[in-house]
Amino acid sequence: MLDKNGIAKRIAKEVKDGYYVNLGIGIPTLVANFVRDDISVEFQSENGVLGMGPFPFDGEEDADLINAGKQTITTLPGASFFDSVLSFAMIRGKHVHLTILGAMEVADNGDIANWKIPKKMVKGMGGAMDLVASAENIIVAMMHTNRAGKSKLLKQCTLPLTGVGCVKKIVTNLAVLEVTPNGFKLLERAPGVSVEEIEQATEGRLIVEGDIPEMNI
Amino acid sequence: MIDKTVANVTEALKGVEDGMTFMLGGFGLCGIPENAIAELVRLGVKDITCISNNAGVDDFGLGLLLQKHQIKKMISSYVGENDEFERQMLSGELEVELTPQGTLAEKCRAAQSGFPAFYTPAGYGTEVAEGKETREFDGKMYVLEPAFKADYSFVKAWKGDEAGNLIFKGTARNFNPCMCGAANITVAEVEELLPAGSLDPNQIHVPGIFVQRIFQGEKYEKRIEQRTVRQKA
Repeated sequence: MLDKNGIAKRIAKEVKDGYYVNLGIGIPTLVANFVRDDISVEFQSENGVLGMGPFPFDGEEDADLINAGKQTITTLPGASFFDSVLSFAMIRGKHVHLTILGAMEVADNGDIANWKIPKKMVKGMGGAMDLVASAENIIVAMMHTNRAGKSKLLKQCTLPLTGVGCVKKIVTNLAVLEVTPNGFKLLERAPGVSVEEIEQATEGRLIVEGDIPEMNI
Repeated sequence: MIDKTVANVTEALKGVEDGMTFMLGGFGLCGIPENAIAELVRLGVKDITCISNNAGVDDFGLGLLLQKHQIKKMISSYVGENDEFERQMLSGELEVELTPQGTLAEKCRAAQSGFPAFYTPAGYGTEVAEGKETREFDGKMYVLEPAFKADYSFVKAWKGDEAGNLIFKGTARNFNPCMCGAANITVAEVEELLPAGSLDPNQIHVPGIFVQRIFQGEKYEKRIEQRTVRQKA
């Protein structure tokens, strides 16, 4: 089974040379730590920066330089700043190649819910609805089950949707899955996790074909 | 040169009344019009509608207006950092219209640019699209979103000149440029107000035509919401 860093490490393998990537809050943010250093990648933050670097050293933080999670950041050579309109032009116009974000629920048709629990948690969607509606390539990073042990990979989302039929791939603490017209196709198992365990933790349609390899991370 | 300068924040907010709709720049606490917000608190205007990506934190930014129950309605994309906000919303005291962030920006830009509405894919098939016109283009579904209408825009820039030209710094730019000229009156506050001719015209982010009033803010706290640092090895 993977921890959050393990999930991030596995997703980092999906990041290819020349990609502009938008990372969501939480596990997705960790992905930046594991991207191979022999490829060129730029991270976009929707509040208005391309070419995001690591967190600043203590004492060097700048109130005018944050990411979409409101954390202080730095920039790398080649970085640029822009306004919110241009930022979402990059996203809506499909100039950003890959979006990695978290989710509360994903359905086996690619629907995603990650912004609202009615009457309980009402924080808002931020940029998530724009991102999922337009990105060509969306990877969801999340735990396979919630704190109560219930599956987050469902036949149908129960929470208000963020987007419909948009998720392409999911990396959880247990598995890598691809969303296909017939449901979640199991691609890889996390180290030490059996196909049976994944089946038990998945409520939506799960396709298991042949031997399922263990992740190589 | 058409001089846009006003003496201070009080003069800049002249004409502000109860029940008006305001656009306020900023992302989190980054690039917010601190002086205009403080003046709105001092004026005590009530029943206002605020268009702003976020709602500040409990004791800073728009949180200061929430504390005084001056806001009737918020139009935002993300309000997760403010407990008082969540309390007022869940109790029904505060009306909230959550809008996808890119749509929020574009609704400002549409108002600025003379478009009555636009189609966006964001929110299609979700509760955001309920009751809205949808249309298919090239096999994909889109939602029709109207431009915002507002009385005042309050924006904050790094440097500005007497002609109302603005330059922003870092990610403090965010929603500020698209709110300029998107309301009846745009009030820009800047950290440094310079004589016309001091700024390189090649470097202007927002031309002064979009700004009606400009003043230098008295002070800026520039509070950091999530101070995140790494240690030197």
